[in-house]
Amino acid sequence: MPVAAAVREAPKIGEVILDIDTVRQAYPRGPSNTLLVLDGVSLKLKAGEIVGLLGRSGSGKSSLLRIIAGLARPVDGKVTWRGQPLHGPSDGIAMVFQSFALFPWLTVLENVEIGLEPLGVPAAERRTRSLEAIDLIGLDGFENAYPKELSGGMRQRVGFARALVVHPELLLMDEPFSALDVLTAETLRTDLIELWTEGKLPLRSILIVTHNIEEAVLMCDRVIIFAANPGRIAAEVKIDLKHPRNRDDPAFRALVDDIYVRMTKPLEAAARAAQQAAAAAHGGMGIILPDVSTNDLAGLMETLFGDFDGKADLPELADDLTMEVDELFPLAETLQLFGLAEIASGDIRLTEIGRRFVESDVDQRKRIFGEQFLARVPIAALIRRVLDERPSHRAPYRRFSEELEDFMSEDAADETLSAVITWGRYAEVFAYDEQSQAFSLENPE
Amino acid sequence: MAGLQPSLAILRSRRLLPSIWDVLVFGLVIGVLALIAFGGHETLQPLAVANRRPVSLDPVNLPYYALRTTLRMLLGLVFSFIFTFIYGALAQKSRRAEMILIPVLDILQSVPVIAFATFTLAFFLNLFPGNVIGAELAAVFEVFTAQAWNMAFSFYQSLKTVPRDLSDVSDSLRLGGWRRFWTLEAPFAAPGLIWNAMMSMSGAWFFVVASEAISVGKTTITLPGIGSYVALAIDQKNLGAIGWAILVMLVVILIYDQLLFRPLVAWSEKFRVELTAASGPPPQSWLLDFVQRARLAQNLFKPFQVLADRIVRFRTPYRVEPPKVVTEVWSSRGMDYAWMGLIVVSSLVAAWFAISFVRTEIGLGDVMTTVGYGFITLVRVLVLIALASLIWVPIGIWVGLRPKWAERVQPVAQFFAAFPNNLFFPVAVVTIVRFNGLPDVWLSPLMILGTQWYILFNVIAGATAFPNDLLEAAASFKLRGWAWWRKVALPGIFPYYVTGAITASGGAWNASIVAEVVSWGKTRLEAHGLGAYIADATAKGDMQRVVLGVAVMSVFVVLLNRLVWRRLFDFASRRLALN
Repeated sequence: MPVAAAVREAPKIGEVILDIDTVRQAYPRGPSNTLLVLDGVSLKLKAGEIVGLLGRSGSGKSSLLRIIAGLARPVDGKVTWRGQPLHGPSDGIAMVFQSFALFPWLTVLENVEIGLEPLGVPAAERRTRSLEAIDLIGLDGFENAYPKELSGGMRQRVGFARALVVHPELLLMDEPFSALDVLTAETLRTDLIELWTEGKLPLRSILIVTHNIEEAVLMCDRVIIFAANPGRIAAEVKIDLKHPRNRDDPAFRALVDDIYVRMTKPLEAAARAAQQAAAAAHGGMGIILPDVSTNDLAGLMETLFGDFDGKADLPELADDLTMEVDELFPLAETLQLFGLAEIASGDIRLTEIGRRFVESDVDQRKRIFGEQFLARVPIAALIRRVLDERPSHRAPYRRFSEELEDFMSEDAADETLSAVITWGRYAEVFAYDEQSQAFSLENPE
Repeated sequence: MAGLQPSLAILRSRRLLPSIWDVLVFGLVIGVLALIAFGGHETLQPLAVANRRPVSLDPVNLPYYALRTTLRMLLGLVFSFIFTFIYGALAQKSRRAEMILIPVLDILQSVPVIAFATFTLAFFLNLFPGNVIGAELAAVFEVFTAQAWNMAFSFYQSLKTVPRDLSDVSDSLRLGGWRRFWTLEAPFAAPGLIWNAMMSMSGAWFFVVASEAISVGKTTITLPGIGSYVALAIDQKNLGAIGWAILVMLVVILIYDQLLFRPLVAWSEKFRVELTAASGPPPQSWLLDFVQRARLAQNLFKPFQVLADRIVRFRTPYRVEPPKVVTEVWSSRGMDYAWMGLIVVSSLVAAWFAISFVRTEIGLGDVMTTVGYGFITLVRVLVLIALASLIWVPIGIWVGLRPKWAERVQPVAQFFAAFPNNLFFPVAVVTIVRFNGLPDVWLSPLMILGTQWYILFNVIAGATAFPNDLLEAAASFKLRGWAWWRKVALPGIFPYYVTGAITASGGAWNASIVAEVVSWGKTRLEAHGLGAYIADATAKGDMQRVVLGVAVMSVFVVLLNRLVWRRLFDFASRRLALN
């Protein structure tokens, strides 16, 4: 067991080191419900490549990473690592965390050294190897600092050093740059790629989870696109550009655009399905609504109308608003649900109603929003109808959350109702009192 | 003082209403206590009293007595830490253990264990017949009961909230269970644990002082210490000796605070997980600064560090996942039911034992009387909390909004909170006797003498933490007078106030056993109440009535906590929390 990875014969380039075979993952939600987060995911990882897992939050990409790291067990399917079935955290796999996950009470050096302890590396060797890793990753001089004394970028460098010090064959990275500011993230990315291309990293392969499309195109040899509900592989894009890559290179832009289109496809399909379901008698109740603010919705429509003349390419729009996919998509999706905008082949376009909304004053906006809300969101229509029918014009939260839980998990029902409450309050179609947990029609004067 | 929040450990519990589960666990706890009482009762008579070396009232002896008392405190603290680590870890690692351990802790918090001092003493004396160690251990046990529950709860809750990423990284690095405990779990829990240990000091001093002179039947067992010194002074009506004892106690607590807890609290700051700097200045300790800076001190500590390092680095294998079949059977519903059945049966047996033990002597009428006494003490507790709040809330807010004052008053308030106020009782008795006061009224303030300070220093902390921009906004809208108190100040400090009031209320119940009956030489003052009832029964060696009294008091405390305090706390943290 305590044999360091370096002693093993390194796998040759192109050799499959990790084989994921029709993996399924589900978590229990309540006594009888389970939430399916991964369904039939198969993936082979070869020595010498960087692979990106790209998808929106909730697409299960992080769940897959946790399975590979040995932190979670799949309910079904096989994971083979270096020819052996994977049981728990394994030799040769190291992980870098989004939140850095450093022990605040250990110094930089201690944080790095601790990775070697369970391998039974003697103290003196622990010290030299840790210093090497710290040196490699550019943390020289910070050995005795505590994490709270470091900037975010420096902290993540400690995270990298801790992962690299064990000389892993596979490095897992869970959105490693998303907690950093733009400049720091870019520096860290280029440093990492430089070390990789120069062969200075004691690594055979990197698997990186991200929701940043440009980051994926910048770093990876292969990008696996995940679709949500349940999480599954939607597409795979090969990236043959040479390092260092240039974001302004037309080939680079074309790849980014291509991935955007592929990522919006399931979105369009889902929206259409939702619309059809909403038209059906009891349908539409199963749509999980994202809790997005009405200010953001209005702001997005104003930008579309003012800066893009009502129609925009999604990547360009994201760039213009400096938003990530994870932030932009729920907004776009909600506009589409309300019939205020339409999404088609990577473009978003304001509808006629959407244009009227932008040109209206505050009260009119509320009226338009309210009309669309009641017409196109079935749960909103239901709440309004129940309130109208009851003589007291009041109904408890449970009345609707239970109805939703027939179609979705409890968490999802809460999120959906939270969105409905926000929108209902804005449109003044109903009120909600947090203390008594009840919907009503009365508006406080 | 962001550090105040951990003192709420016991309150962050899940549910409000007592469930059938609580009733069962209650039966279990009281049953076991009845068993102890039963055992103690059986063996009390033939007891050979080991140590009767007289305590002397000469003040020259006081430093030695103080040392003995302090050693008992330290030993109790050590045992509390060991218990906490084991109990908390067990409750967190095993879901099934958690089902029983946490409600038991909850009930134990509410049981006035001090009423059992006599029986625990008998129990320990029997463990070491004819040896003074038994009596010493009994005193240490009292200290333990004052701290252990609160500390274990705090530790358990820290374990429950270990950040997911740090837990993941420990798994991913395959730190074994032992290493993980010392690298992640213990450090993460340290600030809350140490804070809770410090907050439990008041009760611990109170208990250790009370348990150094315990009457068993006709004989009194005295252990050399401040408590027995005071007991003797009371017996001999020596007010001067009481004065000396108070003075020495002040010095001892000051030393304890400066040499032990202040350095510990300052040191534990390093284990706070928030990576950004905390609001407000971190706690300081001159001793810690000295130890960390001075080379001599460092060399002094070096061997301990090396040893600790060795212990911590002892390698245990990373957990191996058992075969799926075993896991499935072990974690199946059937096993759950079997386990629950076991708990239910043992609870019922214990409860049956308690009832049949009590019933040999007592009928329903006695139970009603006891409950009646309970209501008298309840009224006393509530009135006193209200009075203390009326006095200390405005003062606390006034002080807390003036940083210069807060800086000076806060340590004093914390200091008074730690002081074992039973040392002051004789002074109060002398006063009441002199002015011919009505015991039912004038003994009551004694119950809250020590615990009122919790209200004061929590309110001060709340007012200090009040955001300045809200104060300025209130000022710019010209909010003044009553409106300012109602809309700004009171809601702002309410969560802190509730914390303080809960601690004060819990302490008052415990104190009632000592405060409702007090004596001065041959003079004996007695108020009506549950505390007096229990104290009387203890003095007479009437085990059945002690068990009944303790059970009734526990029910009162549990219900008061669940129905009033926890609701208020819930409301405060949901609606009035400022972050």
